Amino acid sequence: MRLVTAIIKPFKLDEVKEALEAFGITGMTVSEASGYGRQRGHSEVYRGAEYTVDFVPKVRVEVVVDDTDAAGVVTVILKAAQTGRIGDGKIWTVPVEDVARVRTGERGLEAL
Amino acid sequence: MTIDSGDTAWVLASAALVLLMTPGVALFYGGMVRAKSVLNMMMMSFGAMATISVVWVLWGYSEAFGQSWHGLVGNPFQHFGLSDLLSGDKAVFGFHAAASGVPAHGGIPALAFVAFQAVFAIITVALISGAIADRAKYSTWLVFTVVWATIVYFPVANWVFAFDGFAAEKGGWIANQLHTIDFAGGTAVHINAGAAGLALALILGKRIGFARDDMRPHNLTLVMLGAALLWFGWFGFNAGSALGANNTAAVTWVNTMAATGAACLAWLATERIRDGHATSLGAASGIVAGLVAITPACSAVTPLGAVAIGILAGVLCALAVGLKFRFGYDDSLDVVGVHLVGGLVGTLAIGFFASASAPAAVDGLFYGGGLDQLWRQAVGAGAVLLYSFVVSGVIGLALHKALGFRIERDAEAAGIDIEEHAETSYDLGTLGGGGLRHAGASMFGSHNTAPTETKINTKGATS
Repeated sequence: MRLVTAIIKPFKLDEVKEALEAFGITGMTVSEASGYGRQRGHSEVYRGAEYTVDFVPKVRVEVVVDDTDAAGVVTVILKAAQTGRIGDGKIWTVPVEDVARVRTGERGLEAL
Repeated sequence: MTIDSGDTAWVLASAALVLLMTPGVALFYGGMVRAKSVLNMMMMSFGAMATISVVWVLWGYSEAFGQSWHGLVGNPFQHFGLSDLLSGDKAVFGFHAAASGVPAHGGIPALAFVAFQAVFAIITVALISGAIADRAKYSTWLVFTVVWATIVYFPVANWVFAFDGFAAEKGGWIANQLHTIDFAGGTAVHINAGAAGLALALILGKRIGFARDDMRPHNLTLVMLGAALLWFGWFGFNAGSALGANNTAAVTWVNTMAATGAACLAWLATERIRDGHATSLGAASGIVAGLVAITPACSAVTPLGAVAIGILAGVLCALAVGLKFRFGYDDSLDVVGVHLVGGLVGTLAIGFFASASAPAAVDGLFYGGGLDQLWRQAVGAGAVLLYSFVVSGVIGLALHKALGFRIERDAEAAGIDIEEHAETSYDLGTLGGGGLRHAGASMFGSHNTAPTETKINTKGATS
């Protein structure tokens, strides 16, 4: 199994969710995140005083999938989240050793 | 003299309008600080409402409007507790002859005047708090409100607002000898609060991270709401200062509206040219700057003059808020930039823009009146500025030495709300943890009580 983590622009969340559902993914975890990459932050001006805001609001989407689906899920998120402008985000995958479903106690692939 | 019911109704309604301005200040300031300081910021205004309400009926009113000693300060014991003003001849105020800036009219109950002037004292004290955001020890602040009002505000109100023969036979020197026009408090309220704020900002020193850390306003919608309440209440502040439901009230109402709109536009234009954007904080700030500047002038100028004063105030205050970074004093929420500078703009502008067609019936420089009114305005403004700055500095230093005026460095870094008040303003997360420790305090406090068997059910009733 693999954990796919995607950091995307917040307004792209709905499109990513729908694309993942269409691909057959039945669940995901979403959280608000802040950070920067090449985009860096932006500046805001209050009564003439300019502040740089380094950490830009982002959304983190996490999905655990079977090894065979991982590459496909990355592609699906990539297509749905892409605007082509700087700040679109990152996607990465890491191996997952075990998964347990809390309600039933099922383990491994059955728990997905 | 008989009581005029229309005048009385307007003055009482205006007093309530002006009282609402202080919560307006609390919101205006509260939104501008960081989320960890908003409660303390608002509590400084609410604290002033509490302390000055009591002090005013004890000796404050008498100091401001009792029989004046050489035009400098009223007799603080004359109406101590106000019991002597509840009925009879002494309980009706009115001008027996026209006094400067306020035409003769019917009488109002003494206590209506007491109420109206009380709320001016409250908001003047509350305004100062913006200069020392995030770092003032709350107990010392409360002591300061009482001492400052007693030594600075009440005497200055006597100078500026106490006309001979109204509340007492003898009033203050600025109103009756110098004849400075200050209709609703450009000097006594705004220059006064601004100079005191500057003194306190210098004494308390800069916040940790001033001009380096991210100190963006945490909630601009609160700031906008505060500005709205201030604008609304200010019609009581200015038009109510006519002390009657009359033409002066109507003229000052319209001037207050016109100057404020103009100042808002001028501040936004200044920002657009300098920073590239017209901001909501700029709109709220421009509104307050315009209100401040028209306050002394609203009875003395035409609506066109009011627009001119608004534009001046909007541009000059928008530029003045940058001074603290240049000179390195942490006037956190720009009490100097908006209230001191705005108050000076409005008070001095009377010397130029006053028109004899307005209720104050004086011509300024631009209307052929020469320099006579201008020097009176300059001396009045300068006297209040100097007295307030020096005496506020002495009070601030004394309290700083005696009680400590600034919270500990660690407490400031953690946030003054949690350290001074044991509260946090917003609970936005779901991960609170913990649970109820005491179901309400006993008479002897919530600490160290014996284990209680009280249980709390979901409806909050005890069993």
